[in-house]
Amino acid sequence: MNLEDILTEARRDFAAAANLPALEQAKARFLGKSGAITEQMKGLGGMAPDQRKEAGARINQVKDSVEALLKERREAIQAEELDRQLAAESLDVTLPGRSAGLGGAHPVSLTLKRIEELFGSIGFAVADGPEIETDFYNFTALNIPDNHPARAMHDTFYLGDGTLLRTHTSPVQVRYMQDSQPPIKIIAPGRVYRVDSDATHSPMFHQVEGLWIDRDISFANLKGVVQDFLQRFFERDDLQVRFRPSFFPFTEPSAEMDMSWGDGWLEIGGCGMVHPNVLGHVGIDAEKWQGFAFGLGVERLAMLRYGVNDLRMFFENDMRFLRQFS
Amino acid sequence: MQFSEAWLRTLVNPKLDTDQLCHLMTMAGLEVEEAVSVAPTFNNVVVAEILTAERHPNADRLQVCTVDVGAGEPLQIVCGAPNARAGLRTACAMVGAELPGNFKIKQAKVRDVASSGMLCSAKELGIAEAAEGIMELPADAPVGKPLRQYLDLDDKLITIKMTPNRGDCLSMQGIAREVAAISGSAAHPVACTPVAAGLADTQAVTIEAQAACPVYCGRVIRGVNPNAATPDWMVRRLQRCGVRAISPVVDVTNYVLLELGEPMHAFDLAKVAGGIRVRAAQAGERLALLNDQTVDLTEGTLVIADDSGPVALAGIMGGAASAVSETTADIFLEAAHFTPDAMAGRARAYGLSTDSSHRFERGVDAALPAAAMERATRLILDICGGQAGPVTVAGATAGPRPGIRFRPERARRLLGMAVDDAEMCAIFVRLGLDMEADGKVWQVTSPSYRFDLAIEVDLIEEIARVKGYDNLPAVLPQTLAGMPGLPEQQRGQAVAKERLMALGYQEVITYSFIDARQQEMVAPGIEPITLVNPIASQMGVMRGSLIPGLLGTLRHNLNHGQERLRIFELGRCFLGTDSAGQPLRLGGLAYGPAHPEQWGEGARMVDYFDVKADLEALLWPMTAVYAKGEHPALHPGQCARVTVAGQAAGWLGALHPRLVQQLGLNRAPVLFELDWAALATRELPRYRTVSRFPAVRRDIAVVVENALAVAEILAAVQAALPALVTDVALFDVYQGKGVPEGKKSLAFKMLLQDTEKTLTDVEIEKTVSEVLAFMSERFGATLRS
Repeated sequence: MNLEDILTEARRDFAAAANLPALEQAKARFLGKSGAITEQMKGLGGMAPDQRKEAGARINQVKDSVEALLKERREAIQAEELDRQLAAESLDVTLPGRSAGLGGAHPVSLTLKRIEELFGSIGFAVADGPEIETDFYNFTALNIPDNHPARAMHDTFYLGDGTLLRTHTSPVQVRYMQDSQPPIKIIAPGRVYRVDSDATHSPMFHQVEGLWIDRDISFANLKGVVQDFLQRFFERDDLQVRFRPSFFPFTEPSAEMDMSWGDGWLEIGGCGMVHPNVLGHVGIDAEKWQGFAFGLGVERLAMLRYGVNDLRMFFENDMRFLRQFS
Repeated sequence: MQFSEAWLRTLVNPKLDTDQLCHLMTMAGLEVEEAVSVAPTFNNVVVAEILTAERHPNADRLQVCTVDVGAGEPLQIVCGAPNARAGLRTACAMVGAELPGNFKIKQAKVRDVASSGMLCSAKELGIAEAAEGIMELPADAPVGKPLRQYLDLDDKLITIKMTPNRGDCLSMQGIAREVAAISGSAAHPVACTPVAAGLADTQAVTIEAQAACPVYCGRVIRGVNPNAATPDWMVRRLQRCGVRAISPVVDVTNYVLLELGEPMHAFDLAKVAGGIRVRAAQAGERLALLNDQTVDLTEGTLVIADDSGPVALAGIMGGAASAVSETTADIFLEAAHFTPDAMAGRARAYGLSTDSSHRFERGVDAALPAAAMERATRLILDICGGQAGPVTVAGATAGPRPGIRFRPERARRLLGMAVDDAEMCAIFVRLGLDMEADGKVWQVTSPSYRFDLAIEVDLIEEIARVKGYDNLPAVLPQTLAGMPGLPEQQRGQAVAKERLMALGYQEVITYSFIDARQQEMVAPGIEPITLVNPIASQMGVMRGSLIPGLLGTLRHNLNHGQERLRIFELGRCFLGTDSAGQPLRLGGLAYGPAHPEQWGEGARMVDYFDVKADLEALLWPMTAVYAKGEHPALHPGQCARVTVAGQAAGWLGALHPRLVQQLGLNRAPVLFELDWAALATRELPRYRTVSRFPAVRRDIAVVVENALAVAEILAAVQAALPALVTDVALFDVYQGKGVPEGKKSLAFKMLLQDTEKTLTDVEIEKTVSEVLAFMSERFGATLRS
C-alpha cells in the first residue's frame, strides 16, 4: 500500500466503523504493530540517509493525518452514542412525583401557632393547665363565689365528684400565679367547655388566656397590646379595636373587645385589669403589682382569618376541610 | 332586659336619635342587643268612626260604610270585614296612604261602588301577626287622630344584655339615671310622693331573718274595685317590656318593678291569716305557688308566712292561696328588701326564675321599698279606687353606704392615663357620688342604688367608663429586654407535629367527651369519668384514650369517600379528675394503601412496620424500645409496648380484628398512642471522637428459634459487644429453603473500628468470633453455612 492509498483507505475504513470497538480494529490496520504506517516506517531502514529523512517526513505527515481522522471519527461516534443514551433515558418530566402523602395542621393549631409566635415575640411564655378543674380554680379563686349570678354566664359541665370541665382558660392564671412571683407574662392556650351546642356554639372550643403582671402595666397597655396583636394577626394596620365596658368578676375595670370587620364590629373576647381579690387569693400584693388579663376565642379568630363560616366544621375532622389548611 | 324607648325618654331625653342613644348605652356597658320598631312604616292612617254600614248591592260579603275621619265630609268605603258596623271606631287608611309591603291606597271602585280609603286590620298595619277583622279601638279613641300617635307606634323596643353587676339598671329609672350620667342630660325621677292614710288598718309584720330581710314595708288597701281596668298606657308599657297585663293590682306591682326596679307583691288581705312573718322555712312545709307548682320547702328557705304557714317564697313568687283574684277588694301590699346573699341560687334550687328573683339575686336598692310602696299605692288608688292604710315598716332601711378610699394617683397608674383630679371629681358628681376630695386620699360614698361600688378599683372603672373606654389611650408597654430561658433538651409540641405532618399525617382535633361504649373498647371494665350533664349521651364520658376519636374520624372520612388516611391528634386524655390524671398524649392512625395511589409505586396496604418507621422518625434522635405487648384495642400478635428512655411511653399496633369487624372496616388501621411527657425531652448532643482509621464490615448470618424477638437479640448483643464493634444492624430475615422448620435466619452487619490504629485480620476475626460465641451461648444461635 503506498502512502497516498493509506490516507484514502483510512478515511474509508474509519467512516465505515459504526462503533468504538470497530474503530479500534480499523485503527490497528494502520497504526497497529503490523499496520500499514508501521510497515512504511520499517521500510525507512534500507534508505540512504538523505532519502530517509525526506521519506520519514512524508510518512509522519500521513501518520498525523490518519491520527487526526481517527480522533475526529472517535469523537463523532462518542457524540452519537451519548445522543442515543440521552434519547433512551429521557423521561416525561410532567409525571407526578412519587408521593408518600402530605400532611397538614388543623386550622385551630395553625391559629394557635400564630398567636403563640406573635406573643412569644414580645416575651410571653406559654403556660398550660388541666381541663378538668375544681370549682375553686374555675370560679372561687377568680372572685366568682358560689351561686353568684355570673356563674349563669358559664354553662358548666360537671363531673360526678364535683369537679368540672373548665369553662375558660382563666384558671391557668391562678395556677401560674400561685407558683410564680411577678413579673408574669404568659399566654395559656387550650380547650374549654360549655354546655351549649348549635350552629354558632360548640360544647368544646379553644381560648387563649393572656396575663401580664408587672409594676405599671396599665389599662392603656392592655389596649395597646391587644390592638397590636390583632393588627399583626390579621396583617392589617387599619384594623380598629373597640373596648366596651363589661363585667367579669376577676377583672376590674373589665372590657369586651370588639374588632372592626366589614361594616360592623365583632366580639372577639373579654379582658380587663386583674381584680385585686384575684391577686390577693394567690398572695400577690395588689398595691405593688398590677396588670391585665384577656381571653380570646381561637375558633372565632380562625374563622375570620381563613374565611370559615361554619363553626361545626372544626371538630368534624373531614379531610376535605382539613386539607385546605396544609 | 327589653323596654320601650318612648318610656325611657319620659325619664331622660338626651338630644340623640335611637342609634346614637343605643351606641351611648353600649359604650357605657349597657350592651344593646337590638332596637326594633314597634310597628313597620306606614302613613296616613287615622282613627275613624263607622257611621253607617250597609250591604253592598253587588256582593254579599262586602259592606258599604260611611266613615268619619275627623275632617271634611264622611268617606264612602267598601269593607269586607264582618266586624265592620256602625259606631265602631277603627283604623282608616286614607287615599294616598302607604301601608307595609309597599301597598298604596288609591281611589277605587269595588264592584261598581266607589271606595275612598281602606279600613284596616292590625295585621294589615303590621302590628299583629294575625287579626280577625278590622281593628276595634276604644269608644273614646279620638276620631281623626293619626293612628301612629294614638297607639304610640313610633316607639322602639330596645333590648339590653345586662351584666350581673348592674342590678341597679334593671329598671327604667336605673337606665335613665345611667343615661343621664353618661350623656350629661337631666334625669326626671319618678315621683313617689307619700300617700296619706285614709284608713287606720294595719297588718302586723315581724322579721325573724333580719340578715336576709333588713326591711319590710307593708300596707293595707281596702275597697279596690275588682272591675277596674288597667289603663291602655300601662298595658302598652308592660307589653313593650315583655310583661302580659293580668289585672290592675298585679299590673301595678309589675309596673313598679319595671319602673323603679323594686319587686313587690300583693296579697288578698282576706286570705292572710294573722300577722306576717319573714322567716326561714321549716322542714316539711309546702307551698302551692302562683304558677300552679307546689314546692316542698327546704329548711332555711326564706318565706313570707302568716299564722297558717308560708304564703310566699320571699323575693321569688307568691302563693296561690293568698293571691289576688277577680273578686279581691282588700289587699295587703308588700315592698321588702331581700339581700343577694340570701337570694343567691334559691330560685334555681326550686327550678324557678322570675323577674323578682332575677333582681334580688343581682341586688336591689335597699332604700327603694318605701318609695316603691308610695308609688304603687298612688297608682292602685288612681286606677282601682279604695283607701290606703298607713305603711307598716319592719326592720330598718340601711344607713349610708361605707365610704371608699380612693387615690387619684392609683387611678392614673392603673388606667395609664393622665386624668386630672378635677375631672375625676366631675365624673363622681355626675354619677351621684359624694366625696371628700382632699389631697391624695379621698373618701367616696356611693348612693344606695350603686351597691355595686365597693372598692377603689370599682371607682376607677367608673372613671374609665364615664370618660369612655374609647377615649383611653392605647399604649405599648416598655419593658426590660431580658431573654427568656430556652431549654434545648425540651422538644416543642410544634416540632413533633411538624414531623408527623412531614411524614404525611394530617392533624385532627376530636371531642374530649366520647361515648361510654367507645371508652369501654379501650379500657374495658374500668369505671369511666362520666359527665353529670352531657350535651348528648354519645358525648357522656371523658376520653381515656385518643384511639376512639381517631377511629371516629376514620369512620367519618371513609363515609365521605376517603380510602387512605394518616391522622394524628395531640390532646389530653382523662384517667382521673386531678391534674396528674390528665396526661397529654400524641396518637396517630394509618389506614389504607401504604402510598397514595400513583403510577410509580406498587399498591400495598400500610402495615405495622410502616407506622413503626414513622414513629422512629418522629422520635429521632431518641430511640424507643418496642416489646411485644397487650392492649385491649390492639391485635394481640401485632402490638408493641413502646418504651422511651426507660419510661413506658405507650402503644403501637394494628386494631384488634374484633373491633375491625365491629366498626365495619375492610381492614385494620395501625394505631399508636404515646404519652407526650415521654417524648418531650431529648439528650443534649455530646461529641465523640470520629476515628481516622478505616472501618471494616463483616456480615454474619445466624439461625435462631422463630419465636425469638430480634430486638431482644440486638439489645443483648449491643450491651455485650466488644469495644471494637461500633455498630450492629439487622439487614435480612429469612425463612424457607435451607432453614429448618420453626427457625429463622437473621443476617447482621457489623462495623469494626479502632480510634487508635488500623485493625488487623487477626483482631477482626477474634472479635467476630466473640460475638458469635455470645449469640450461641445466649440465644442458641448457630452460624448459617
